Order: sequence, then structure tokens, then C-alpha cells
Amino acid sequence: EFRRFSLERSKPGKFEEFYGLLQHVHKIPNVDVLVGYTDIHGDLLPINNDDNYHKAVSTANPLLRIFIQRKEDADYSAFGTDTMTRKKNVLSNVLRPDNHKKKPHIVISMPQDFRPVSSIIDVDILPETHRRVRLYKYGTDKPLGFYIRDGSSVRVTPHGLEKVPGIFISRLVPGGLAQSTGLLAVNDEVLEVNGIEVSGKSLDQVTDMMIANSRNLIITVRPANQRNNVVRNSRTSGSSGQSTESSLPSSMPNILANFLQGEEESDEEDIIIEDSGEPQQIPKATPTSESLESLTQIELLHEPTQNGFLPSSEMNLHHSAGSISMEYEIQDPDHKSLEEDGTIITL
Amino acid sequence: MRRFLRPGHDPVRERLKRDLFQFNKTVEHGFPHQPSALGYSPFLRLMAIGTRSGAIKLYGAPGVEFMGLHEENNTVMQIHFIPDQCQLVTLLDDNSLHLWSLKQHNEASELREEHRFTLKGPPGSPPSATQITAVLPHSSREVLYLGTESGNIFVVELPSFRVLEDRTITSEAVLQRVQEDYSNRRSCELVEALQEHPKNPDQILIGYSRGLIVLWDLQNNKVTHHFLGSQQLENLYWQRDGSKFISCHYDGSYTQWPVSSDNRQPEPLENLVPYGPFPCKAISKIYWQTTKNGLPYIIFQGGMPRASYGDRHSISVVHGSQQTAFDFTSRVIDFFIIFSSEPTAEFDDPSAMVVLAEEELVVIDLKTAGWPAVHPPYLASLHCSAITCSHHVSNIPLKLWERIISAGSKQNIHYSNMPWPIDGGTNIAPDPPQRDLLLTGHEDGTVRFWDASGVCLHLLYKLSTVRVFLTDADPNDNMNTLGEDEWPPLRKVGTFDPYSDDPRLGIQKIYLCKYSGYLAVAGTAGQVLVMELNDEDAEHVVDHAEADLLQDQEGYRWKGHEKLKTRDGPVRFEAGFQPFVLVQCQPPAVVTSLALHSEWKLVAFGTSHGFGLFDHQQKRLVFVKCTLHPSDQLALEGPLSRVKSLKKSLRQSFRRIRRSRVSSRKRRGGSGNASEVQEANAKFDQDALQEMELAPVQRKIEARSAEDSFTGFVRTLYFADTFLRDSSRHCPSLWAGTNGGTVYAFCLRVPPAERRMDEPVRAEQAKEIQLMHRAPVVGILVLDGRSTPLPEPLEVAHDLSKSPDMQGSHQLLVVSEEQFKVFTLPKVSSKLKLKLTALEGCRVRKVTVANFGSCKTDDYSENDLAVLTNLGDIQIISLPFLKLQIRYPCIRKEDVSGIASCVFTKYGQGFYLISPSEFERFSLSTKWLVEPRCVVDMPEVTSNNLVHKSGMENAVRKS
Repeated sequence: EFRRFSLERSKPGKFEEFYGLLQHVHKIPNVDVLVGYTDIHGDLLPINNDDNYHKAVSTANPLLRIFIQRKEDADYSAFGTDTMTRKKNVLSNVLRPDNHKKKPHIVISMPQDFRPVSSIIDVDILPETHRRVRLYKYGTDKPLGFYIRDGSSVRVTPHGLEKVPGIFISRLVPGGLAQSTGLLAVNDEVLEVNGIEVSGKSLDQVTDMMIANSRNLIITVRPANQRNNVVRNSRTSGSSGQSTESSLPSSMPNILANFLQGEEESDEEDIIIEDSGEPQQIPKATPTSESLESLTQIELLHEPTQNGFLPSSEMNLHHSAGSISMEYEIQDPDHKSLEEDGTIITL
Repeated sequence: MRRFLRPGHDPVRERLKRDLFQFNKTVEHGFPHQPSALGYSPFLRLMAIGTRSGAIKLYGAPGVEFMGLHEENNTVMQIHFIPDQCQLVTLLDDNSLHLWSLKQHNEASELREEHRFTLKGPPGSPPSATQITAVLPHSSREVLYLGTESGNIFVVELPSFRVLEDRTITSEAVLQRVQEDYSNRRSCELVEALQEHPKNPDQILIGYSRGLIVLWDLQNNKVTHHFLGSQQLENLYWQRDGSKFISCHYDGSYTQWPVSSDNRQPEPLENLVPYGPFPCKAISKIYWQTTKNGLPYIIFQGGMPRASYGDRHSISVVHGSQQTAFDFTSRVIDFFIIFSSEPTAEFDDPSAMVVLAEEELVVIDLKTAGWPAVHPPYLASLHCSAITCSHHVSNIPLKLWERIISAGSKQNIHYSNMPWPIDGGTNIAPDPPQRDLLLTGHEDGTVRFWDASGVCLHLLYKLSTVRVFLTDADPNDNMNTLGEDEWPPLRKVGTFDPYSDDPRLGIQKIYLCKYSGYLAVAGTAGQVLVMELNDEDAEHVVDHAEADLLQDQEGYRWKGHEKLKTRDGPVRFEAGFQPFVLVQCQPPAVVTSLALHSEWKLVAFGTSHGFGLFDHQQKRLVFVKCTLHPSDQLALEGPLSRVKSLKKSLRQSFRRIRRSRVSSRKRRGGSGNASEVQEANAKFDQDALQEMELAPVQRKIEARSAEDSFTGFVRTLYFADTFLRDSSRHCPSLWAGTNGGTVYAFCLRVPPAERRMDEPVRAEQAKEIQLMHRAPVVGILVLDGRSTPLPEPLEVAHDLSKSPDMQGSHQLLVVSEEQFKVFTLPKVSSKLKLKLTALEGCRVRKVTVANFGSCKTDDYSENDLAVLTNLGDIQIISLPFLKLQIRYPCIRKEDVSGIASCVFTKYGQGFYLISPSEFERFSLSTKWLVEPRCVVDMPEVTSNNLVHKSGMENAVRKS
């Protein structure tokens, strides 16, 4: 059924209010619903927080089409890029779910349930030939899913080109985290693991480092495919992958500091079961006056959290998650075409 | 941020670190791997052993030892001491000669390489022209005679190795005046032996391989005598007075030849095939030793009847009617006889025979009736049965030490009382500061107790656990007993016996309490034996208990080996450690961890299924805990595919290493197939390379999950008296760490001494810690209120340690393969950690607390963690703040067995196997350093010494 109502574009108010309004308009005060809208590209996008609500309102031209589905039998796959064009008739799918006897889709959580599984970080300080990828492992079933191997790469040194040993991604497990992020590819050269350079380390050492960091793995790679590098203003367009290879970012301490903070925030906590009681996370020891040694103190500064995240960091994470998905959408089509290029290159 | 700053910004601490830590590889204990040559200097009374890896080791009196390494790492073929000098010459299989000297430096002698030399022929000559087959250092000490494959003998000057071309003895010159038909057949044959006349240094005896022997006059440059032998020659030996010599041959015969001035072409005096009449193997070396009573000792290597005893490695000693063929379990490399080398003495009067076999050194006392063996003070064959584990105990109380020695001396009654005959040099190292024991567990179910206090690793006592069990082989089976009229009169000698009756007997874990004399050993088939030291022989029943580690787990079937069968009824045990209780784990999987608390009389043991606690006072099982994850099928079914594949890959990697060693070494070009071998090697390398390109080595990156296999494998067990439940009351506790990163803590209630037998020991699980990184837990330690590790059981009772601080709060240190973590107690909260793997990509293999004393002051010492990583690095990490102090590369990371065998001592030393038969000893401490320090003085050289036959080793070509 359709409803039409008006909103004041300049003062859209909060998502909560809007949600209440929808429930009121449809006379379904106690039913959980999913709210979506079609943007200018014809994509069906969700509305579930203030930000995307405001975005939706601002795209109204002048009409804003909003779709409401009951949460229990919602078709999550309806959302996303190209949804409106890809499916012959999204509307029919959405409106007549009973006719739609397709195999159940993998349920992708709604944005408010999102947690980041990967991100590209430090793009502002890394050379454009490098990519720093962070993979988050939440103890889910999904494997990290990649393999590494020994290899050699060419580097520019003051003495000219030199062949040096390197570590490369050799295989991505289908369906694994690494593959599903699309941020890592076969033959990417691994340069760093959680801020530690891998040069001079053996394959086994790098394997151990990656596994030890597997809950919060940050790897810096030089993608095998350098075609889709974003050329940034600060750099001359002629700078190729090889030429920047020799000089790793000079701002190393900063990067490391960034790592640290990130790492400590989400660092694993061990679990203790006392006297056959309930398992609980082991808290950080509160420093007693006698044990206030420099090291402990410093460490504590980095780990201000007790159990889990503080509300503020949660906000941060959500924020960054949002930005990832944005970036993702921009990159994705590019990426596809480039993959084809990649195969041509390898052939 | 802080942790990324370079450690050691504090200059005071830096200075202190220099006073505390220092890395040295100090000495190699045991028997050299793959020995290839032997030499002896009667003048210095030093023995030299060369190996296939190019090492050369000199031994004299106990504590006197030197080591050198040829840069090329080529096989040492021959070793010759320069007569009456502190010098020796080695010949390698690349045909190079090396001159080594013992020189004094800082009051101690050092072995150094002085010169090297490769004989070069005229341009265009084949390599065989200069391929050295025999070396004779002349008693003038000025020249070296080098016999070659071409039959020519070159003369080089010492020490410069300058070739004196005008003095070359060509085969043409030798063959002058020899009958036509003989010389035609035998021209251009290689020089098999060179011997100087014992009385006349101007004459040398030259033996050619086809049988011709000539006496050459150096003054006149001509042949004085021709001895026309008809058999292929192996070796020559002069009799002491120079009137006769003896030659031994390929067909198993030996021949005596007279040397007199009237007959220039004499016939042989005697020709004998000692083990004839059927075809015999070659006699490769022979001695003819004169004695006062007239009966000579004839000692020869080989000569056994080819068909029935051709596989024996024997040396026969014949003295009048006595004849024994000493039968060695491994190939004989070489041997020498120690005899009177005084030039004035009329007879040889041999006293001992020293035999270097491939796997051991055997010394036979020739003066005592029955020719018993002499117990060597060094060069012990650590691997007489393969080493399966080792355990080190520092600072043994004198009482226990004496009791172990006394138990051991009863086992050594069949050895000769002769003082060690190789006694050159003087040991000037300070006496070892304390008595240390190294215990090695072996595959055959024995535990050997070694005196590891000083430079000579010496066997004190051997314990066998076999008697407790029923095995196929009767342990009383004596291989030495042979019937009276057996021929040949073989007698097995030596201890090397690599064949184990039953691999389940293998010892896996050892724990000795040095205060109480309690010993616990655990083996491959889940057997745990608790023993007590008894000075008398005794016969008693060993109590037997079973520990079912699977308990309530249902439906699992063990597919591994069965448990060992025990003997019923009383068993007779010799004086020493005697087992009184056997705890059998079920399933009988290999015991992976063991702890003994002699004060509480408790023993804890763990396998891949779980762990248990046994009260050995009441002989009662206190509890068992199954650590299996329900999905862990692999651990349940026994040593299955995964274990096998690991083993296989280890074996393959060993093979690879071995192969690469072999292929990197150029084989001697004596035979024509050298190029073939090289070609084959090259092809192999190429194939291997191709294989590598086809299937690149790749590693999977995957987070560990709880479902991984072998998570229940118990890696470490630890007893501690600490605050487990509340901070007001401490109690005994048992801690266990698993492969899956879980730590279990049990609170124990041990009844007071007066009611110890009446009340049961109780245990209750108090805590379980799951490390989120799930890496295997390899060490657990409790630090007291002063952050000092808790003392060992009974240490305080014996006034050897301060009582632990029970006022301040205790801390728990958990060491996993990847991280070090300190937690508070009793409430477990994490205090600090050091991530090793995440930062460096290495993993902890071994960790021990060690006490480091300052070399500057006696009153400062501190406890640190000594850590060995999988890369073979050793790191020292401070307690309790877990700061990396220092790091040393120690073992090659490919040397998996070396890393696995490493054991640390409590005072910053350690041992690891560099070969199956050798321990390398290293020291991390500036204060505790056990290394050889010795002097070899030149004995006075009198003028008549110059004349006497030096007793140099025969110039033997080894092929």
C-alpha cells in the first residue's frame, strides 16, 4: 500500500522522529520495519540513522520514494548498488514477497548492526603505490582465508635496480574474509605486518606474525595491480610503483602510533573462569602505587578501556564503517574492470 | 610508543647488562659426529680426531682439549703429528694439506692453522699425479714426504710447504734394477705406505699398492732393497729394531720381511692368512709389538673370513696363544697402540690399544689379563641409544652426588683400573664451581646421569627402567658370552647399541629432586615411574596405578600403541634409583609434561588427553582432568596422520640438510665416478629447483580457533604455594597449561606431616584462564611479593633459599609460544605483557628462569628468563617487567633437532645437540663459564730423541 506525505526539507528532524511518523502514518505502531529509499542512481538504500536520513531527504527531487518492509520477512539483498536496475522489478519483489520463491539470501545485517571487517587505512600518509589493509576477525566462522609465499621483487636502490626477496599473497580462499573484502589480491607484495616491516624475515616468521595478529591484522601491501591507484595532488603523476618502493614513508613513528592505538583498542582480552563460575574477560590490573613502573604506566595509557569499547570509540568505529562502505561503492566498479586488466597483464 | 623505542636507553642498566650477560659457545661434549681420521703423538701424548665436516679435535689428559675447523668443511682424511713438535698436518679430501700449531697465548695453549698447501703438478699432468695417498713427516722435522697416486713421492719443506723438486722420488728411479717382467707389470702404481726406518732416518720404506716394497736411501737417492710382494699391499709396519718389517695385504694375509745388508732382494720370512683358509677380507693395518718375554703382540684390523664374518668391524690382538678379535658395533675408522716410546727402551711393551670407531672410542688395556676396556673420561657416546630428552640439575648436594657415584661405580666393575693412557697437556681451568648433573633419557628406556660440572662430560650412573616391564628381549641376555672354542674368537666391545627393543620404553620426561633423591621419569607409552635412591640392591614389588584421563568422555577409541606389560611379583633392582610406583596413563599416549613435588609427595603428569595428580606417599590417584576439546578427534586416536606427517617432514628436512651437506662437499676424485656424482647432484639440484617453481611453498594465514587439533595437549605443569583463592590465605596449587592456550589452576589440600598418611590429599579446580591468542602455553611461574620466582620444593627447608615473600601480592607469569603475560593473584587481572610473535615473528621454544651474577661484584645477581625461539635465537628477558635485555643467535633455525634438544641450566648455561652424539655447551652468563683452558708444554727434546722412531701414525691411505 502507498502513502504520500510531506516533510519540511530544511528541517527534517531526527531519524527517530521520522521512524515514529512512518509507523504512525501506516498505523503499525508496534511493528519493526526496515526503511529504504531510492537515490538518484536508482539504488535502493537504507534509512536507519540520522545521517542517511538527512542524506535521503537532501536527495529528494522533489519526491523521495521510501520503501518500508516488515523486518522479519525483509529482503536485505534488495539494498545496494544497482539494485533497482539489476533486478527487473525491485518493486514487485518488495511488494509481493510471497510470489518471490527464490532461495533465501544471506542475511546482511543492517547498518546499525554493522561492524567493520576490513578497511583501508592511512591512505593519507602512504605512497599511492601501497595499500594498508586492516582485517578484523570477530571469532566468526569466516576464515581470514589467504596464503603467502616467497618471491622476489625489483626495487630501486642508489645502485640501480635490484632484485630482493619478498613475501607475496599466493592464494585467496574463496569465501574467505580476504577475498570478500576485495582489498587483497594474489601476487600483492606484503610489505608490513602490523607496522613491522617484513623485509629480512622468513616466510615462516611472517606467517607467525600474521597468525599472532590475526584478530586485528594490518597488512601493508603493494598491490600487483597498480592501475587503479588514485593519483593524489601531492604526488607527481609520473611516480610509478617502483620508484617509490625504495623509500618507505618517513613518518614511521606516526604510523606506528596510529597502529598502537587501533591495536590496543580492540586487543584481545583473555577469559577467566573462577571456581566453575561464568567466564568473564580478564580486566586490566589497576596499578597499585608500588607497581607503578614506567612500562606499566605507559601501557595503561594505551589501554584505557576496561571491558569492550567505550561508547565514544563505538561511535568512531561506526563512523569509519560508514565511510568504508561509501568508498567501497566508488571503488567497486573500477575494481572489476581492473581485475580484467590484471588478467591481461598476467597473461 | 614506548615499546618501539630502542631498549637500553638507560646507561646504568646498559653497563650492568655488560657485567651480567655474555654469550659464548664454550665446549662440545660427547663423541664427534662422523669421525674420519685419527692421529696420535706419543711425544705430546695427545690424540687427534678429524671429522667429515672438517673439524679437528685434540684430546689429552681429562680437561685438555682443543678444537679447530678447516674453513673448507671438507673431510679430514689423515692426521699426522710432526715428530717432537707441537704441530700437526692434516690432509683433506680436496687434496689440501694444513699445518696446525699449538701456541701459548694468555698462558693457555691454542690450536691455530698456520699454513695450507695444495700440491701442484707440472702443467698438463693429470690430477692423479699429485693426489696424495700417503704422508710421512720425517723425524728431522724439516720435510714431509708425500706419496701420490702416480707413484711419485714429493718432498716439501716445513713449515713453508715449499716443494723440493730435486728430491722428488720418481717411480722410474725406484724401478731401476728391478727385473723386467716385474717392473712392466707394476709401473705407475700409487704409493700405499711410507715408513721411516726406526733407527736410521736416512732410509724410508716405500710400499706401492700392487705389492712392491722398496727401501730408499735418502742420502744417495737410490733404492737399497727391493721386496717383491705379489699381493696387493694395504700397509707396512717396522719392527722396533729395524731388522724386519711386516706388510699386510688385501687378501687378508700378512708377510714378514727381513732387512739385512747382504741380501738386496730378500724373500719373505713368513706369510700367513690368520683367518684362512677361506677367502678373507683385507688386513688394512697391522702392528708388530715386541715384549720383554719374547712373545710379540700382533695387532691387525680386518682379515675376517669374507663369507661368514665379512660384515664385522674387527681388530684382532694375538699374543702367544691368546687371541681375541674385538668386535665393534660400528665401522673402525682407525686405531693406534700406546707403547713405550722411550728411545732407549729395548722393547715396545704395548700398554693400550685406542680404537676410533664410527660411533665411539674404545680403549683396551693390553697389560691386564683378559684385556678389559678402559672407561674413557671423555668422548662419551651420548647416543649409544638415541637421546629422547634431557634434564639439567644445578648445584647437586654433596651427599646425593656421592650416592650417585657409588651406585655408578658398582656398574663399572668390568672396566680396567688403568689410569687414562692419553694424558698429555695440563688442565689449568679452575675447578668447577658446583656439581651439576645432566640427565639424558634414551630410546631404550634408560636414563644416564652425566657429570656436567666441567669440560669432560662423564658418565656417572646409568638407570634402566626396562626391568619394570615385560619385554621381548631378556635384559640378562649377555652378548659377550661365547663358547670356548669359537672361531674367530670374537668379543663385542663398546656401548654403542642403536637398536631399541621397544620404542614404547623411550624416556620422554625426567624430573629429579636433588634434595630428597626422588626421581620421576615418564615415557612414550604413558608410563610414569617414581623412584627413590637406595644404596643397596633390593627386591620389591612396584605398585601400579592407572589414571584414566578420558574419564567421562565416551565413545573414543585409542588407536595408538598399547601400554607396556608389567612384571608380576617382586623385581630385583640394583643399587641406585629404584622405582616404587608406576602410574599408567590411559590411553597410553606419550607423557608430555611432568612435575614432582617432593615436599608434598605429589607427582603430576600430562598427556595429549589431560593431566593427573598422584600422591606417591599414599599411592593414590588424587584427580584427573581431561583437557580434550570434544572435536579433537585426532588426539584421541593416537599417533595419527598429522603426527606422522610432522615426523615425516622433519625426517625429510633432515635428509635435505644431509643431502645438501654431501653435495656441497666435493667427493674425492680417486675413483672415476666423481664427475658422475657431481652430475647427479647437479641434476638433483635442478630437479629440486624445478619442483620448487612448480609448487611454491605457501603458508596459510588463519586465526587459531578452539577447534584446532591437539589443543588439549598438556605442555606444562607447575606446583606453587601461592594465593589462589583469596589474598589472606595461601595454599598448595597445581597449574597446567595446554597447547590451546588454556591454563588450569587447582587448589590442593595436603594434610600436615603428622596426618599425611591418614587424610587424603584433596584438589579442587579454582581457576581456568583462556588466553585469547590460543597459543600453546610453554611455561607457568609464580613470582612472590618481591617478584622473585618461588623456590623449588625443599629448597627453603635445606636453608638454600630465602623463604618466599608471602606478604606482598603474588604474580602469575604465563609464557605462551607467542606472548609473555603477567597476571595478578589471587584475582586474575592482566598486568603486563610482551608480545614476541606479533612483533618479531618468532615463537618461544624453551623458557627457564636463570640466575645471573655480576662478574664485577659478588653481591649482585638477578633472575631473568632465558628464552630459546624457533629461529634458534636466545633472548634474555627481565623479570618482572618483561623487557628484552639481549639477544644472541645460537642455533641455526633449520636445526630443528638442535632447538628441540636445548636445555638451560639455572645459572645461565645451556646445552643442545649439534649431532646425535654431541652436546654443544653455551653460556649466557659472565660469571658461570665452563670452557677448556689447558697448556701443552713441549717436553724436553734431547739430542738422541731426534734419532728414535717417532711412532708416527702410519701413512695410511683411506679410501
